[in-house]
Amino acid sequence: MRAWTDQRLEIVISVLLRTGVLLAALVVLLGGVCFLAKHGHEQPEYHVFHGAAATYRSISGVIGAIGPSDCQAVIQLGLILLILTPMARVAFSLAGFALEHDHTYIVLTSIVLAILIYSLAAPH
Amino acid sequence: MTNLEFTPLVFAISAVAGCLGALTGLGGGVVVTPALTLLLGVDIRYAIGASLVSVIATSSGAAAAFVREGYSNIRIGMFLEIATTLGALFGAFLATRTPTSILSIIFGAVLIHAAWQSSRGRPQDQESQNPDRLAQRLKFDGSYPSPGGPCEYKVDHVKTGFSLMFGAGTLSGLLGIGSGALKVIAMDQAMHVPFKVSTTTSNFMIGVTAAASAGIYLSRGYIEPGLAMPVMLGVLAGSLIGARQLIGAKVHVLRWIFAGVVGVMAIEMIVSGIRGEI
Repeated sequence: MRAWTDQRLEIVISVLLRTGVLLAALVVLLGGVCFLAKHGHEQPEYHVFHGAAATYRSISGVIGAIGPSDCQAVIQLGLILLILTPMARVAFSLAGFALEHDHTYIVLTSIVLAILIYSLAAPH
Repeated sequence: MTNLEFTPLVFAISAVAGCLGALTGLGGGVVVTPALTLLLGVDIRYAIGASLVSVIATSSGAAAAFVREGYSNIRIGMFLEIATTLGALFGAFLATRTPTSILSIIFGAVLIHAAWQSSRGRPQDQESQNPDRLAQRLKFDGSYPSPGGPCEYKVDHVKTGFSLMFGAGTLSGLLGIGSGALKVIAMDQAMHVPFKVSTTTSNFMIGVTAAASAGIYLSRGYIEPGLAMPVMLGVLAGSLIGARQLIGAKVHVLRWIFAGVVGVMAIEMIVSGIRGEI
């Protein structure tokens, strides 16, 4: 019974994961085409580390900068969607364990989710 | 070189890495970073950031295919993810404080291990001798489909596995790789989880582990959109092609090619690190 429920839960989650990745890739692609159209003839300077611009370093910064004039922000939004995909997966697992009334795994999954949220939300 | 030349080049390199990574089961991240730093002179911190993002894409993209086969064990995965995500946070903090030359040398050492792992192929499954009480409390025991009906398995050495997973997470956060090889060793060799279950569960864990360090990478400016874009799209495209080609491909020949390429990269990374060129 448990294995069957776990299996069904996993299939739902895997569809979610694939959708998340696909959506993220499409947004990145869109931003990429826009980036090349605008900055195609500029020289990339990735051999020296300056760090990405400050607006591209946080979710709020990226969302604030998004627009047709800022293609890198669109790429970065796609990448953030990608980072959120495994987080959504953990959140769904938590809901699944709650439905199964599995208290041990509700606690364990909450810990994983808390670590992920800390990483993305806390200032470093 | 302008962006119009640089971007397709990075895409092509990443696609080859993603394809090889999927075919050999070692993941694309471990090849992308040395390729970008050694061939194109990209700063290793930008390369690591782009590689980490691509690791999330391949792990999540491949999960759907694996899950339907009914091998992965979500409970083992979730429990061990506590160790890998904590390790990933620790690793990402370490990465921001470690000189790039040291990062390069550590990367070389991991590559040597990957080359050795690739040439060795699949290890034998070991049956658990004395099932762990903790494993029973955590309901780890499971079964997987086999030609002769469902095959039951038991799990032991949970604490050893957990510690190894912290190490795997640290390496993942430090170097922007999936460290799938180490995750499989922790489950398959230490905890005696069957190989098929280990690899599919590990694939699932890789995305969550990488997401834990991605937040720190993002806020430190390691994820540069112009570079991460072709790397992520390239590795994803390559890995999807690689996964389709898996049946019928001469995997043992590929494994040796992969081992050779990775071995050369390992030496280059270590030498560049020692000379202080990276």
